Amino acid sequence: MMALSLAWRQFRSHWSAGDLRVLFLALVLAVTATTAVGFFTDRIDSTLVRQGSLLLGGDLLISSGKPLSDSYQQEAQRRQLSSTQTMEFPSMVVRGERSQLAEIKAVGAEFPLRGELVISNQVAAVGVSDAARAADAIPSPGSVWVEPRLATLLDVKVGNLLEVGERQMPISAILEREASRGGDMFSFAPRLMMNLADVPSTGLIQYGSRVKYQFLVAGEAEQIRQYSAWAQANAGKGERVQDVSAARPEIRSALEKARQFLGLSAMVGVILAIVAMFLASLPYVQRSLDTYALMRCFGASRKLIMQILLWQTLLTGLLGSLLGCLLGYLAQAGLASLAGSLFLETLPQPGWWPVLTGMLLGFLTMLAVVWPHLARLTDVPALRILRRDLGGIDRHHWFSFFPGVVVISGMIYWHAGSFRLGSATILVFSALLLVIALLAWAGQHLLQRFSDGRGGVWKLGIAGLKRRPGMAVAQVAGFSMGLMVLILLALVRGDLLNNWQASLPPDAPNRFIINIQPHQIEGVKAFFANAGISNAEVFPMVRGRLIAVNDTPLDTSKYVDERARRLAEREFNLSWAADMQADNQMLEGRWWTEAEHGQSQLSLEQDLADTLGLKLGDWLVYDIAGTRLEVEVTSIRKVEWDTMRANFFAVMPPGLLENFPASYITSFHLPLGNDQALNALVREYTNLTVIDVAALMEQVRGIMDKMTHAIEYVFVFSLFAGLAVLYAALVATRDERVREATLLRVLGASRRQVVLAGLTEFACIGVLAALVATLAASSLAWYVSAFILNIPYQFNLLLAVLALISASLLVPFAAWLGMRGFLDQPPRQLLHSM
Amino acid sequence: MNKHVTSSGTSLTILDDLDLAVHHGERVAIVGRSGSGKSTLLGLLAGLDNPSSGKVLIDGTEISSLDEDGRAEVRGRKMGFVFQSFQLLPSLTALENVMLPLQLVGRDDARPLAEAALSRVGLEQRLSHYPKQLSGGEQQRVAIARAFAPGPSILFADEPTGNLDAATGQQIIDLLFGLNAQAGTTLVLVTHDNALAARCQRRLLLCQGKLVEEADVAESATS
Repeated sequence: MMALSLAWRQFRSHWSAGDLRVLFLALVLAVTATTAVGFFTDRIDSTLVRQGSLLLGGDLLISSGKPLSDSYQQEAQRRQLSSTQTMEFPSMVVRGERSQLAEIKAVGAEFPLRGELVISNQVAAVGVSDAARAADAIPSPGSVWVEPRLATLLDVKVGNLLEVGERQMPISAILEREASRGGDMFSFAPRLMMNLADVPSTGLIQYGSRVKYQFLVAGEAEQIRQYSAWAQANAGKGERVQDVSAARPEIRSALEKARQFLGLSAMVGVILAIVAMFLASLPYVQRSLDTYALMRCFGASRKLIMQILLWQTLLTGLLGSLLGCLLGYLAQAGLASLAGSLFLETLPQPGWWPVLTGMLLGFLTMLAVVWPHLARLTDVPALRILRRDLGGIDRHHWFSFFPGVVVISGMIYWHAGSFRLGSATILVFSALLLVIALLAWAGQHLLQRFSDGRGGVWKLGIAGLKRRPGMAVAQVAGFSMGLMVLILLALVRGDLLNNWQASLPPDAPNRFIINIQPHQIEGVKAFFANAGISNAEVFPMVRGRLIAVNDTPLDTSKYVDERARRLAEREFNLSWAADMQADNQMLEGRWWTEAEHGQSQLSLEQDLADTLGLKLGDWLVYDIAGTRLEVEVTSIRKVEWDTMRANFFAVMPPGLLENFPASYITSFHLPLGNDQALNALVREYTNLTVIDVAALMEQVRGIMDKMTHAIEYVFVFSLFAGLAVLYAALVATRDERVREATLLRVLGASRRQVVLAGLTEFACIGVLAALVATLAASSLAWYVSAFILNIPYQFNLLLAVLALISASLLVPFAAWLGMRGFLDQPPRQLLHSM
Repeated sequence: MNKHVTSSGTSLTILDDLDLAVHHGERVAIVGRSGSGKSTLLGLLAGLDNPSSGKVLIDGTEISSLDEDGRAEVRGRKMGFVFQSFQLLPSLTALENVMLPLQLVGRDDARPLAEAALSRVGLEQRLSHYPKQLSGGEQQRVAIARAFAPGPSILFADEPTGNLDAATGQQIIDLLFGLNAQAGTTLVLVTHDNALAARCQRRLLLCQGKLVEEADVAESATS
């Protein structure tokens, strides 16, 4: 207990003397960054787990793009499981002059098997209506329920009639909440729910309609497990069996990626904070030397000193971690509000797990980073009291850094979730740090050379870099790392987004119409003529499934890549054309001549060919409505998908597909004021689906914006941590600076000269850090734009200048704040205290 | 007892064949010029350092054969220290500084003992002041209170007035000798101030590591 009480006394004393503050602050930052991200992802995780079966609407879901076989129903009945069916498809819904694309869900009487539907009689101004209640049945035949968003868009209320396909149906309730509709991010159109029995009478389901047929089952866990095994064994092509664990796989995988990315982003801050902790522990240890020498002199045993130091480490870890967890909890609220609606509408409160990980991180970093240096105080000889040259800690053995490196690596692997990604991240971090340190080292050497032969306080300031080369490199590297991520984000979010938008001309298509039947083409073309749309093309589309490549039946399970498997499993939209679309670019092979029309040729999109491992000369077999069609890959094209024009992965020459049932697709730019003409078209042909790409793009941009905000938010921790490194390095050299400045003043330097020398040193550090950060960030941004986004990169001079100016002002300002205290004291007083 | 150190490959003799006995309650001054080995001798006598050869006995215990922890234990139980540069911990208040050695030896009555000691040196009003809030003389008084608070049998003082002006130095010496007389503590004082040395019963002159002169002096009447 004596050790604890002495440790507490020491902790308090060091705190009030300011020796512990930077170390403590850096620790708090590290824990805050980790727990903020931890709390946030935990909230999303627990939502997924809790809502697993609610998201499915049952315990097991079988889905397909084609009607499901009756055997699923019969087997479920045989096993006495409850079951129901649903259909989901997009369609236009019309009310008077207004029309809106809706995500229609037609449900069977038992829906949902798990969870509930919440309805009300009117749309609330904000949130869910007070009068909302759990529905005891699905919409009665002949009536529909609409989401508040759809009601607002169409300006309708309960009791109004809606045109749904060929039917006019009254709205009988507002659908406030549907458990099985968890992902806000992935459903752009608002929901309309109707009775499954009404679907045929609407005439909405025609050839080519994108319908998702679902069969839901619920029952005892063991029964479900057995049924699931049976269903998986009997599932046909394109039929997927999902249980609770696979609920919303797209959300799960998006979240997994978001969790990894946010976690690794937070790591930048954590690593910088750890560097700051190490730097801050140096003066702390240095200033403690006399204390422990004195304690040894007064009779303290080595064991007691060890206990005091260990308690001090644990106390600092405990208090820093607790505060970090608290701040992390507050910070995650910001993160959740920035990014929360991307994923789920309502997030539950986070659990305690992030607190545990935050505490663990706090203690581990204190023990791994600070303790090895602090523990050396146990070796301070009592004789130091008489001979101050004894027992100093000037050199650091490389193995004292080893535990810190292990902890950092462990955390990176943990956040990455896989050995490969973890190793890659460590490699990138190390390489980046090495490059930055090399640049910083080269920069300060250049500066010193530049200063040779020049006199005055400038030289004195630059000489400061020379006297503390290691510290200067640490300061430049730490600060530039934080600055770099912010510049990179500014570049990626601003420049790249702008470049992407600028690549779209003002008359880029803003509407798609899909599901056009052959007999409706003339009507659609007439609409184009009336609306003055001249450059719209109507493309045919036949749906076919790839079943064999070079006479070998396609085995989708051999694709390791999830995306490749999905691409191979789903039905292709096959089209035909005499000429290649103008925005396509031929990469391999050649386009067919007129003489080759009718020949078994195929042109593939490059990315698809790469993903599925297809190449020029391969023979592919498609199953189109039960008929085999064999074609040879004769060309590979590059397609600019973001031009917003209708494009196809697979195109054949005319004369091959015309006899198969086809639907048509078109994209066009709808001039302002022509919405009514489009609405009239939709009313005439109720099966048409109009997709407003402008709104879609707006939403995509919104998502990108929110994502980058969330990431920026996490990276702000990095900047703070970078500043903490800078400040810690300043504090670490403070005593030395005070000594130098005092001697300079005793020898006749004015206060102004001393200030100028200090400011010069830090301005150099600031400029170097800004240069290094701009260089590194621009290189990374160039790589991202050139190789990942495929858009031309332009160096942003304004941002570079801004970074340069702000860093070369901010850093010396921070330094001046640190120096101010001792500059105001007379040299005699300082000499006395030295 | 001998003390040699090796510097840049050359062996230097700091203390050369010393033989010294200090009796209980005695006041001994070690005088000599800078670099004569005074502080080294003090360090050896106090068990802060070990001799190269020979031994040091405190109350019959050979401390030079003990390990660092063993010597620390003896220091904690039997010794008090007053240093030229006060050696107060800047992060502790006057009271906390005085309490420190008491706490280190596990005394439950550390606080009342420390308060009483500070009261004896006239600093009862300055208990919660930090060293930087005290004058040099006051800081040394705190150091003296700290040295006497555990009731040591030997007090080692290393140039106790070296950092003080003459008048303050005189006050500190009066206080030190006064308390020493009251407690009957053995005093080993390192100084190059002959006037101060003259107030001790014995004076040991160290010159180039040798104890070249040992003189009995009359006990000062001003103790």
